[in-house]
Amino acid sequence: MNIHEYQAKELLRQFGVPTGKGAPAFTVDEAVKAAQGQPGPVWVVKAQIHAGGRGKGGGVKVVKSVDDVRKEAERMLGMTLVTHQTGPAGKLVQRLYIEEGTAIAKELYLSILVDRATSQVAFIVSTEGGMNIEEVAHDTPEKITTVHVDPATGLMPHHTRRMAKALKLDANQGKQMAKMAAGLYKAFVEKDMSLLEINPLVITNDGNLVCLDAKVNFDSNALYRHPEIVELRDLTEEDPKEIEASKYDLSYVALDGSIGCMVNGAGLAMATMDIIKLYGSEPANFLDVGGGASKEKVAAAFKIITADPRVKGILVNIFGGIMKCDVIAEGVIAAVKEVGLQVPLVVRLEGTNVDLGKAIIAKSGLNVIPADDLNDAAKKIVKAVKEAA
Amino acid sequence: MSILVTKKTRVICQGITGNNGTFHTEQAMAYGTQMVAGVTPGKGGMKHLGLPVFDTVAEARDATGADASVIYVPPPFAADSILEAIAAEIPLIVCITEGIPVADMVKVKRALSGSKSRLLGPNCPGVLTPNECKIGIMPGNIFKKGKVGIVSRSGTLTYEAVFQTTQQGLGQTTAVGIGGDPVKGMEFIDVLEMFLADPKTESIIMIGEIGGSAEEEAAEFLRKNKVKKPMAGFIAGRTAPPGRRMGHAGAIISGGKGDAGSKVDAMKRAGIAVSDSPALLGETLMKKLKRK
Repeated sequence: MNIHEYQAKELLRQFGVPTGKGAPAFTVDEAVKAAQGQPGPVWVVKAQIHAGGRGKGGGVKVVKSVDDVRKEAERMLGMTLVTHQTGPAGKLVQRLYIEEGTAIAKELYLSILVDRATSQVAFIVSTEGGMNIEEVAHDTPEKITTVHVDPATGLMPHHTRRMAKALKLDANQGKQMAKMAAGLYKAFVEKDMSLLEINPLVITNDGNLVCLDAKVNFDSNALYRHPEIVELRDLTEEDPKEIEASKYDLSYVALDGSIGCMVNGAGLAMATMDIIKLYGSEPANFLDVGGGASKEKVAAAFKIITADPRVKGILVNIFGGIMKCDVIAEGVIAAVKEVGLQVPLVVRLEGTNVDLGKAIIAKSGLNVIPADDLNDAAKKIVKAVKEAA
Repeated sequence: MSILVTKKTRVICQGITGNNGTFHTEQAMAYGTQMVAGVTPGKGGMKHLGLPVFDTVAEARDATGADASVIYVPPPFAADSILEAIAAEIPLIVCITEGIPVADMVKVKRALSGSKSRLLGPNCPGVLTPNECKIGIMPGNIFKKGKVGIVSRSGTLTYEAVFQTTQQGLGQTTAVGIGGDPVKGMEFIDVLEMFLADPKTESIIMIGEIGGSAEEEAAEFLRKNKVKKPMAGFIAGRTAPPGRRMGHAGAIISGGKGDAGSKVDAMKRAGIAVSDSPALLGETLMKKLKRK
């Protein structure tokens, strides 16, 4: 789960981490009021969307008067911001963050994540702040320092000394770094974050460390123990189909293609997308109905797929282990009876209760194209969609 | 031979009185697995499915001499269950539970180092040696005793590989699902080492997916390793968009790392015949065997 910059900064301040001072605004009037509450003479108007690269897309503006805050707020609220992370459709700006201007001497980079190779929490720091860190890692890997933290000890002074050295901080800034890193580590662990990225972390003209941006992702497996974090979720940032799917505990990701997929198992669901592409078409979604889905859950999944106007054909691919093929068959038929079927449907069933499942579909009288194996299924749905077009 | 489990493996089930624990213990017993006890805190002393139930893993181990434990405990309590099994020095721990917080697994991983236990999973389908022992949720009926070792991050793709090698008449020595989480117990390399050392395993299928770099590390290990066996492979997620979690907690391309292309290239460099289609795993392996 993602949150906005202003929410991330509020959260980090609770852990004693210095961030730029500011306030969120949902309307132009709120933006002006927020600006009037700050001393000036420089303000920053920042569009709040769940994507990076906002500055280049015109979503971050530095201004020198409250009037200009108003003008920028009027321009940004309601605009569609396109960045390299939003995709070509962009994202609607509905919230702003009005922040005091900061006089920047130097921009640095800091992030915390769980490093899979070592199974430990790791800090990644670099002197190359404000840049795309992936490019820095690729072009100048020597400018990136990774510091692993053993969970048995937690963050120790030697960790922060290494970071301060890597960031070329002076003695005073080193002390600030120790305090800030402790707060960031505590926030990361206590709140079950999966990523905490400060880019840039800045040294101000008067020599202090401040988090100028903050991006936070949370481990969705751990949200059950953080109701206060769940409250920060902004549903307008998410695809409505994905919200609907999450109500039924379905694992669904909307994509841009034309063939809807319903599969059991995440690996097989990805492989089904891949094989559709291999035979010359594109998947409209990733959908894993899970191991022990009920007929109702299967029906809900099928309805989410058919409600997507981009879907020109559907491939149901089930290898039943725990999942029983007859349950899948009944769920699909129940959904089709309710919402109809306007596009070709190919069903491939294998595994537990496969004969029962096939018999149920054959008896239903639905216009279903049966398939023998995954290759056969993929070929048939791609062909059927091409013929129908 | 086989790896990890045989007909002699004595298995306890943590969470045996729950729905999943009950269903899959019954299935495992029907398959012929030596299930010897169950553990559910607070229910010690009762019988379930004809097996004795204990309050703690240590008691169950002392009473039965179990050498493996399978865990079907809900996510908020699963890490504690794994840690309990480690503390009781159970040699093989298989955790089926999906949805354990990563922070919990970071602690588990620390506790594993230097311990007497191996962990398989979490978020995995388990391990199965045909006609001998089934730990976890794999459907036993698609297996056939034979010569192929299968290791995979995905449950249902494991079934595809098993089904296709059965259809090709090759059969399996053991199938191992290492699970879809980013922080987990055994990795590809741990399982591959065992398959390479097992005389009955003549060839290997390895199924990976996007996210992390375990496939690249395994390929590098295979490239340098002296013992070679014919291998086929597949990587799921070539069409997955960056930054999105594809079902499995670990299946995400992030920070420009973990895409399918890099994994496929690394596996090819290690001499693995990588199939473009998940439906052609068996065929790809057969072709590789004939070329030998």
